[in-house]
Amino acid sequence: MAAVHGDVHGHEHDDHHPSGIMRWITTTNHKDIGTMYLWFSFAMFLVGGTLAMGIRAELYQPGIQILEPELFNQFTTLHGLIMVFGAIMPAFVGFANWQVPLMIGAPDMAFARMNNWSFWLLPVAATLLVSSFFVPGGAAAGGWTFYPPLSTQGGLGVDLMIFSVHILGASSIMGSINIITTILNMRAPGMTLMKMPLFVWTWLITAYLLVLVMPVLAGVVTMLLTDRHFGTSFFNAAGGGDPVMFQHIFWFFGHPEVYIMILPSFGIVSEVIPTFSRKPLFGYSSMVYATASIAILSCVVWAHHMFTAGMPTVGQLFFMYATMLIAVPTGVKVFNWTATMWRGSMSFETPMLFAIGFIFLFVIGGFSGVICAIVPIDIQVQDTYYVIAHFHYVLVSGSLFALFAGAYYWIPKWTGRMYNETLGKWHFWLSMFFFNLTFFVQHFLGLAGMPRRIPDYNLQFADFNMISSIGAFGFGSTQLLFLYIMINCIRSGEKAPQKPWDGATTLEWTHLPTPAPYHSFEKPPVVN
Amino acid sequence: MVENKSIANVLMLKKLLIFTLIMFVFGFALVPFYEKFCEVTGINNLLRPDIQAKEIQVDESRWIMVEFDANTRGLPWQFKPLQTNARIHPGEPVSVMYEITNNSDREINGQAIPSYSPRFLDKYLKKFECFCFTKQTLKPNETRQMPVQFVIEPELPADIQTVTISYTFFELAAGVSAVNK
Repeated sequence: MAAVHGDVHGHEHDDHHPSGIMRWITTTNHKDIGTMYLWFSFAMFLVGGTLAMGIRAELYQPGIQILEPELFNQFTTLHGLIMVFGAIMPAFVGFANWQVPLMIGAPDMAFARMNNWSFWLLPVAATLLVSSFFVPGGAAAGGWTFYPPLSTQGGLGVDLMIFSVHILGASSIMGSINIITTILNMRAPGMTLMKMPLFVWTWLITAYLLVLVMPVLAGVVTMLLTDRHFGTSFFNAAGGGDPVMFQHIFWFFGHPEVYIMILPSFGIVSEVIPTFSRKPLFGYSSMVYATASIAILSCVVWAHHMFTAGMPTVGQLFFMYATMLIAVPTGVKVFNWTATMWRGSMSFETPMLFAIGFIFLFVIGGFSGVICAIVPIDIQVQDTYYVIAHFHYVLVSGSLFALFAGAYYWIPKWTGRMYNETLGKWHFWLSMFFFNLTFFVQHFLGLAGMPRRIPDYNLQFADFNMISSIGAFGFGSTQLLFLYIMINCIRSGEKAPQKPWDGATTLEWTHLPTPAPYHSFEKPPVVN
Repeated sequence: MVENKSIANVLMLKKLLIFTLIMFVFGFALVPFYEKFCEVTGINNLLRPDIQAKEIQVDESRWIMVEFDANTRGLPWQFKPLQTNARIHPGEPVSVMYEITNNSDREINGQAIPSYSPRFLDKYLKKFECFCFTKQTLKPNETRQMPVQFVIEPELPADIQTVTISYTFFELAAGVSAVNK
């Protein structure tokens, strides 16, 4: 067990890292890289959020006011791509970098230099993606799923997007190889697989999903590239190809991808809920099996995104039932979280608030998911705002809320300082209020038939759109409060106690000083 | 101990890299798999002649309006059906003439790709002869008339009264053979 040092400066003599910018460029330390991942993803979150503000500003009133339709399409496309590949995914990798070695008692990630490389690919990819707004023809505008024929016809912006997706994919694959190897080979003695914290388990399964499907995404964008420039006809009907095939291959990647974005948040919530309920997680092994079942099922349900693209009835039925089956392991998880809180000695600090908010809103998103899985209903709501509402309930109040919960939960361990609890609670309640204001009404818009990705709409949709836009502006501004809380915490937060959360039981709280020293677990701890 | 660990890590890295490579290849393997799947299940089989397996009964109690549509994309041809529609009984053999004219002064190869509305019409439409099965080569300013012969099976759902058969001509580069799947 490492000695407990009182202050941050006590460690500096054994840190051995260059100072200034070179520290960050050359670092192989998992904590530095984790920090960079988190800041990068937050920056991309602000970029993607700005695009969302533009979209909602245009949709504030019917008619075209701010964004021309071409630019509006670029905004929706890039908003999706940046939030999925630039914000949510790297944020979870950032958490994995910080927390996986700390939680399994490893000194660092397995391949420290590859870790550095997989981070530094990200700014390159992000630059390509964002700069595509400024090339002739503008950014890709065919939606974040870049279906052909739109994506085979677009301009230079589409090529930049393709390269960007290639680079992001390479980064993700390297990151997941690193995480798998770290988890499987570098656990402290005594830390058996079934003793691992659930966050580590969910990341192990997520990383396997990533190496399973990211190469397929790389393949399908490569086909798009050769269709565009090298005369192949994978997706071109005139050359014997089939645009529907793109959708099959894309969603073979795309559906596991949505679980890649939610499984680690299940992990974070499964750490936060027991800590603040002061009880061990209810049904640990069923949680592990539920996570694995979700991951396996996620690979056989892809065509539920394509019910209107043309499919034999037998196929529709298979994908409908398989999709609805996912509700079973997900229900097991929600049950276990609730059972963990049951008769717990609960307290409601900001991480716990976000975790409970997560459960509450994620269940709503899960239910609308089951509704969308039903073929006749899906044919009705396909490409309407109902689907937008559904996936923002699972991605924003799901993944993003879990990320906030994790950030508040672990920031004392990372910085040695406490965040402002009052402001943290304000952040939660404002986010909760404005999120629902933005997205709940979109269910009604979708059921009434408002199509997605269109800058103008019928007058009957005006009121709900105005409410949704006001909510979006509020939600966006609230996230600046989060930035302030974090900076305030890092620069001048109160000194954190050694163990700010008395219910925490994982290694980083029980075996390491706060803040975690630059080099931790050089001698592995022994887990009983 | 440390040595063993890094050897084990590198072994793991190699395994995972090979797995990644396999999945990349798998992405491309989905293409022939998809085509085979469509062929076996008979989905998307638009560019091969159908064989009349059984005697088709003409359903004289019912009329269907068949609309003919013709387009070109990216080649200087004029392409039109000689009649824009036909009122037929299901099961009745139909023959329609299309006409193409090459308006340019170079020889051009092209192939027509069919498209149906409603989408599931391909299950009930049996084509015995079509200019879309082969490559069409037109000399400068040549005009050609070409037939399509088909039957719409009486099993077509009763709520369908109008169907559209559309063809679009695409240019085939010299030396490229026609698509037939």
